[in-house]
Amino acid sequence: MASLDLINIHKSFGATHVLHDISIGLTDGEFLVLVGPSGCGKSTLMNIIAGLEEPSGGLVRLAGKDITQAGPADRNISMVFQSYALYPNMTVAKNIEFPLQMRKVDKAIRAERVKSVARLLQIEHLLERKPRQLSGGQRQRVAIGRALAREPQLYLFDEPLSNLDAQLRLDMRTEIKKLHQRLGATIVYVTHDQIEAMTLATRIAVMKGGVLQQLGTPHEVYNRPANMFVAGFMGSPRMNLAKAMLTGTGTGTGDALALDIQIGDRPRATIALPPQPAALRAYAGKEVIAGIRAEAICLAPAAGVPAGGQHCLVDARIEVIEPTGADTLVVLNLGGHEFTARLEPDLALKPGQDARFMVDLSKLVCFDPATEQLIA
Amino acid sequence: MRAGVLPKLLLSPSVLLLLVCVYGYIMFTVYLSFTSSTLMPVYDWAGPASYHRLFGLENWSVSLGNLVVFAGLYIGIAIVLGLGFAILIDQRIRAEGLFRSVFLYPMALSFIVTGTAWKWLLDPGVGLENTLHHLGWESFSFNWIKDSDMAIYCVVIAAVWQTTGFVMALFLAGLRGVDAEVVNAARVDGARTWQIYLKVIIPQLGPVFLSAFVILAHMAIKSYDLVIALTNGGPGRSTWLPSVFMYQYTFTRNEMAVGAASAVLMLLAIGVVVLPYLFSEYRKVKRG
Amino acid sequence: MDKNNKPLAASRLALYAVLVFLALLFLMPVYVMAVNSLKPLDEIRNGNLLALPQLWTSEPWTTAWSTAQIGVQPTGLKPYFINSFLIVVPAVVLSALIGALNGYILTQFKFRGSNALFAAMLFSVFIPYQVVLIPMAKTLGFLGLAGTISGLVFVNVVYGIGFTTLFFRNYYAAFPQELVRSARMDGAGFFGVLFRILLPSSGPMIVVTVIWQFTNIWNEFLFGASFSDYSSFPLTVALNNLVNSSTGVKEYNVHFAGAFIAAIPTLVVYMVSGKYFVRGLMAGSVKG
Repeated sequence: MASLDLINIHKSFGATHVLHDISIGLTDGEFLVLVGPSGCGKSTLMNIIAGLEEPSGGLVRLAGKDITQAGPADRNISMVFQSYALYPNMTVAKNIEFPLQMRKVDKAIRAERVKSVARLLQIEHLLERKPRQLSGGQRQRVAIGRALAREPQLYLFDEPLSNLDAQLRLDMRTEIKKLHQRLGATIVYVTHDQIEAMTLATRIAVMKGGVLQQLGTPHEVYNRPANMFVAGFMGSPRMNLAKAMLTGTGTGTGDALALDIQIGDRPRATIALPPQPAALRAYAGKEVIAGIRAEAICLAPAAGVPAGGQHCLVDARIEVIEPTGADTLVVLNLGGHEFTARLEPDLALKPGQDARFMVDLSKLVCFDPATEQLIA
Repeated sequence: MRAGVLPKLLLSPSVLLLLVCVYGYIMFTVYLSFTSSTLMPVYDWAGPASYHRLFGLENWSVSLGNLVVFAGLYIGIAIVLGLGFAILIDQRIRAEGLFRSVFLYPMALSFIVTGTAWKWLLDPGVGLENTLHHLGWESFSFNWIKDSDMAIYCVVIAAVWQTTGFVMALFLAGLRGVDAEVVNAARVDGARTWQIYLKVIIPQLGPVFLSAFVILAHMAIKSYDLVIALTNGGPGRSTWLPSVFMYQYTFTRNEMAVGAASAVLMLLAIGVVVLPYLFSEYRKVKRG
Repeated sequence: MDKNNKPLAASRLALYAVLVFLALLFLMPVYVMAVNSLKPLDEIRNGNLLALPQLWTSEPWTTAWSTAQIGVQPTGLKPYFINSFLIVVPAVVLSALIGALNGYILTQFKFRGSNALFAAMLFSVFIPYQVVLIPMAKTLGFLGLAGTISGLVFVNVVYGIGFTTLFFRNYYAAFPQELVRSARMDGAGFFGVLFRILLPSSGPMIVVTVIWQFTNIWNEFLFGASFSDYSSFPLTVALNNLVNSSTGVKEYNVHFAGAFIAAIPTLVVYMVSGKYFVRGLMAGSVKG
């Protein structure tokens, strides 16, 4: 296993810039997920790491060695493709064996590796079949097996679960996570599904339009998104983002900061804030975009607000109730703005009802309306 | 939509022509081959007499032997060259359209034109041999077209020149149908370009090989125009093919029954090559 | 193959060199035909085929066109060029129209035996025409069409219907059915659907079919040689007579000029039609 360094990677196709100055450093054994909407450049970046495309600028280093100019065969990398890309005219065993054959590995060792990989992925009974006789999930295992056989320094997964049905996707996700834990492998994984990113990654790189939006752990990306795009992209349901006026000064004890939310002629909602860092205080008297996740809003408990000043109570009208079975998503109207709250399941609430809710302000994040960056 | 009277009515002339001018005529010719027709058709029943006669004729053995040699070489070389050209052109070259046009244009020509051009190109007196003599290589000799044993190879050369472009077009379409991700997977797995072609791409071209074989085989069996223009069956009868035999025995030598028999055998040969192919394609389409 | 190629790597240069060499090889016969059709005869005999003329002359062309001896009279190829047009134009139009109609009926209407009928038509495309020569000769004689242009038009139409039906049937089979259905619901009848929906969208296929039929019928030889007389020879037969007449001096330059004259129409069509020509080739080789 090895470390991977991407240094100032640029890529253009003619006049179109696809990747802008991407720099990411991966240590040995990390699981990096590149996530973003279609067209954000994640697959192009993956191809550059694999050597299937050359960057227009920048360096790629694997275990300290510069591989930017090396062809794909000369990098010690394996790749699992979205469409599995199995060799249709070869049996499963020959598919798995192929990379070893290309590396001129000894025949006996090849046979033994194929067996052990097949055992690990539970596809031993499929070794003599051809790809067209396999189901999607089986093909995917074979593709992973082919990548494992070589024991490379780095694994690349290009949206491997996209073509599977929902249940299979969840099962395979867990399998991949287990594989990572077992092998301690360095993995770069591309997906457009932010839940996959959250569950699998040790670190996530969120991309949009060829630009790296944020590089951080799942916890960081979820709770301290670097900008509004990341805030809206990660997490389901999306983070609630509302325009609010930051009133007060927050300097002295008597003049706390508060968020005023008002759209149109709805009654204004005022949320008093606990003491905030200087960066946010600098925005006193100005507009900010307030962000709070659905799970930070719950029904006001009968026992009242917990001590510590991190929670506050608000009254809001319930607009829509969406029971999911595991919880209830409720769309509230607060100051004219719609917020989604995640509440317990089996609630006896009705649309149109007014209710009192409690907001966990320690989870509040604010963004600059002009730059869309996090105010930190 | 169910067919009313009108569609069936409008289709019937074609059906009639098909039944009469194709299958009806075939049966007529088959029947003729069992008669003793010579100059004109007669309708007595002579059993397989003309077939016996046919198999005993040296001209027929020569024709058949030539067909085997010609078809084998023609099909083999055209497929190898066609695949080779397609692979070369598949290398993302500039002016790809231009090269394709150059290799394909002979298909637009009549076999008579091709035969005429190559007839003199290969002629020792005016063609290649003479030209190389003039260019300094005095001892070069290339008189295959005048040599009874070698003339058939000249037919192969002209036929390959004519149809290689077509085989190339078939393989090019096949190459472009190969999944690019599978090729990428092979690159990451460490295969060099020639290994990718050999182990990954070409094995997937099975159906194209089959199509090319069937079409070339059927063209070889039907070959007539090219032989007539290139060598007129000569020198002597050394480049006779079954098609030439049929024409000669029917219209020139006044042995119509024998000629009919040879035509029937040509049809059988084509049936053997084409029918299994058509059936398997039909079943594939039914399977969906 | 997008490897890490510097623009002028040795392997790319070699690739282009090979392709250019092969292209020149393929162009060579046409070059030879062109160049030698503009030389006086003694230059051909005493020189090499690849050399440019020392004395440029257009006499071979005028001879080939208007004074060469083909068969009985010295009329050159001109009347036979005209014959070919007189045969090709009606034959192409008729076979294309009938093919379009048949393709329409076979894809839009269900009736018992429609699949079998299509299979029968498909096979008819592969048969060796030797097997229908004798009965067709009789039929033409019976109809009074023996040795006439109309007779040849008839023959070429009959044996062209298989191809044209195949082309249009495949094309219409892939046509979006919702358009046809909504037209029917709007009240379009048999001809309404054909003329208002299918034919207007058939442009590419009509072009492909016309090009294919034009090329095939213009280049056709066997039927021409079997069913025409001295007044109704098509150009291919006339050219072959010119070249293969064994009397007297072989006027190679006139032969080359004649071959060129025969080749020009289909070559022009080829160069102009580009991808439609290729589509025709592929469609003609693709199964049902």
